Amino acid sequence: MNKTLIILKREYLLRVKKKSFIVMTILGPILMAALMIVPIFISQMSDKKAVIAVVDETTLFTERLKSTDNIKFIPLEMDIQVAKDNFDKNRYDAILYIPMSAINTPSTMRLLSDKYPSITVKLYIESQLKQELESMKLSASGIDKEVLKSIETRVNLTTIKITEGGKEETSYPEVATALGIFAGILIYMFIFMFGAQVMRGVIEEKTSRIIEVIVSSVKPFQLMMGKIVGVALVGLTQFLLWIVLTFTLVGIFRAAFPEKFSIKEQAKIYTADNKMLNPDELSKIADIKNTSAPSDTKNDVLNAIASIDFGVMIASFIFYFLAGYLLYAALFAAIGSAVDNEADTQQFMMPVTIPLIFAIVMAQFVMNNPNGPVAFWLSIIPFTSPVIMMIRIPFGVPYFDLILSIVLLIAGFIFTTWFAAKIYRTGILMYGKKVNYRELAKWLFYKS
Amino acid sequence: MTLFTAENIVKRYANHTALNKVSIEVSAGMVFGLLGPNGAGKTSLIRIINQITAPDEGVLYFKGERLKPKHTEKIGYLPEERGLYKKMKVGEQALYLAQLKGLSKSDALKKLRYWFEKFELQTWWNRKVEELSKGMQQKIQFIVTVLHEPEILIFDEPFSGFDPINVNLLKEEIINLKKKGSTIIFSTHNMASVEELCDNIALINKAEKILDGSVAEIKRQYKSNIYEISFPSADISLKDVLDGNFEVLSESKEAYTGKAIVRINNGMPSNHLIAALLPHISINSFTERIPSMNDIFIAKVTQNGQFANANNLTE
Repeated sequence: MNKTLIILKREYLLRVKKKSFIVMTILGPILMAALMIVPIFISQMSDKKAVIAVVDETTLFTERLKSTDNIKFIPLEMDIQVAKDNFDKNRYDAILYIPMSAINTPSTMRLLSDKYPSITVKLYIESQLKQELESMKLSASGIDKEVLKSIETRVNLTTIKITEGGKEETSYPEVATALGIFAGILIYMFIFMFGAQVMRGVIEEKTSRIIEVIVSSVKPFQLMMGKIVGVALVGLTQFLLWIVLTFTLVGIFRAAFPEKFSIKEQAKIYTADNKMLNPDELSKIADIKNTSAPSDTKNDVLNAIASIDFGVMIASFIFYFLAGYLLYAALFAAIGSAVDNEADTQQFMMPVTIPLIFAIVMAQFVMNNPNGPVAFWLSIIPFTSPVIMMIRIPFGVPYFDLILSIVLLIAGFIFTTWFAAKIYRTGILMYGKKVNYRELAKWLFYKS
Repeated sequence: MTLFTAENIVKRYANHTALNKVSIEVSAGMVFGLLGPNGAGKTSLIRIINQITAPDEGVLYFKGERLKPKHTEKIGYLPEERGLYKKMKVGEQALYLAQLKGLSKSDALKKLRYWFEKFELQTWWNRKVEELSKGMQQKIQFIVTVLHEPEILIFDEPFSGFDPINVNLLKEEIINLKKKGSTIIFSTHNMASVEELCDNIALINKAEKILDGSVAEIKRQYKSNIYEISFPSADISLKDVLDGNFEVLSESKEAYTGKAIVRINNGMPSNHLIAALLPHISINSFTERIPSMNDIFIAKVTQNGQFANANNLTE
């Protein structure tokens, strides 16, 4: 067997057998599945229909309050006192009391309930009442209701991403943002976590002095690469297990609660409002499958999740994790080789970690303008590109940027590996010497 | 047959030269001692032989072939600073290191079983290295070094860190290995073990080789015709009875015996000294003082040259 492979195998098995690896592998998917499932459940909790009894002394509103999927208005022909007394017996969630005085003093209207009504219910009722009061007042001032309707415009901006072949696709900037930052942070964590593992491994070999035995059998470069690639495979295994387990968990939930995951027919509440628009535009809106009603959070969440291109995300994550990790792991290995113990790593860690931390700091900025010049440059410079490109990808990245970034990143890790190998082969045999940057620079020119 | 040659090896570091045109030649089946004070360049040379580092100048040959990475499988190396993966199980680790030396897994297992039995380590196979005593760890390390039956074994200070019992065990093993035909290069400060084990030596000081050859030859070369004589006590000083061909370096008298240390000058055979003494004393013993490797080492390294100093020799 090739010796690099023997080393790789040891490094890999050593780490995947560790308890911490197993714990992480199980906890990760539970967290990620929760991230996908919990919003769906939460969005459906408000799905319960709120039944509002309406005691309307003015009789002006009863007919006009529109019930929706979530709120149902039931007119009550009784005195408010009676209604209040019978509140427990009847299954209302709340009583909307509109006294005679409400026409002139709207603040006398009351929403009575034994619990706090949800904010959406309250806001909806308020807007309904406001609308009706306004239209009544307008009519009273002699403005025709039809004229009013024609003036009233509802703007519901649907963001559309134009994809290949001019196809239009509803985009979810919020989802892209969340997904981008999640992937970016994950890459950042993975690079740090597994890079540090490489570094600790190198330090361990050096301090336990086994290094000399090993490099009398294999070349330092083989040992370094065996370790780096071995740990990379550990990272990859962890990630793939996470993906498989997450989708399995989500799949189990989907099977267990199918009704929560089905996308409902679009609510038609806005068609009425839109009927004054010209038919062309109307049909255009109808064409767009995912025109969503803001109130329908569940469909939103489901559509948003459906809008994620998991294939692209996973593939690019794997590439940027591997290439970014290789770039940094080589440097971490070089740091490990240059010091005698972990405490001495600080001075060398700084310049290596700063670009990574900088990338995370710039994440917010990049998300606000994912195709701007800052995002462009940071996503093609190899030291920041793994994190920044992952943030950009959910927003859609031009092929030119992507290819440039990939090529530079590959060139970057080849360079850092070459560079690190030179420091590594000298460093691992150097003991009891306080190493500084000048010393490191000299090592670069020693004959191997 | 020459098994291994290093020719004019030069190794420079940023601030100093570790080896300056050092050449050694090791024949098959020989125990070769690499001597020298700390920092002389022994470890640098050993690392070059093991291809851990490369020389700046000079070439190395293994069986007449330029030394190449494939030859690492023919070499077993026990470094001065020894260590194993602390968290790894003993057996797993031995197997891993054996595989890195090119043994197949089944081969390695078979050989490991033999050695573990020999050193009574079987019960430790599944224990972590950190649970072992230092002596046991050293044994494991020794096993790993010799397991792949290398043609050349290189021991860097093999006796440091062992207790006397284990030192003896190790010596025995080295002698066994030699009997089986292994060639051994070892560096040491322990001069007694050099006389005991080495056929040839090279002495390195300040990056240069200052002495080499067979131990017997070196000793012969460095003997300086000094003899130790003991005789029944008598009121006689040898200084008075010996002529200018002999130089009395010291004399001492105890209750019943007198002792003297005498150098024969002018390269005369020892018989002349006996002949000169016989008329005056009867001789209890007559021994040639042969310089120990220790003396030669100290003399060469301190460049004092006059190691045949009487005071040095008497004690």
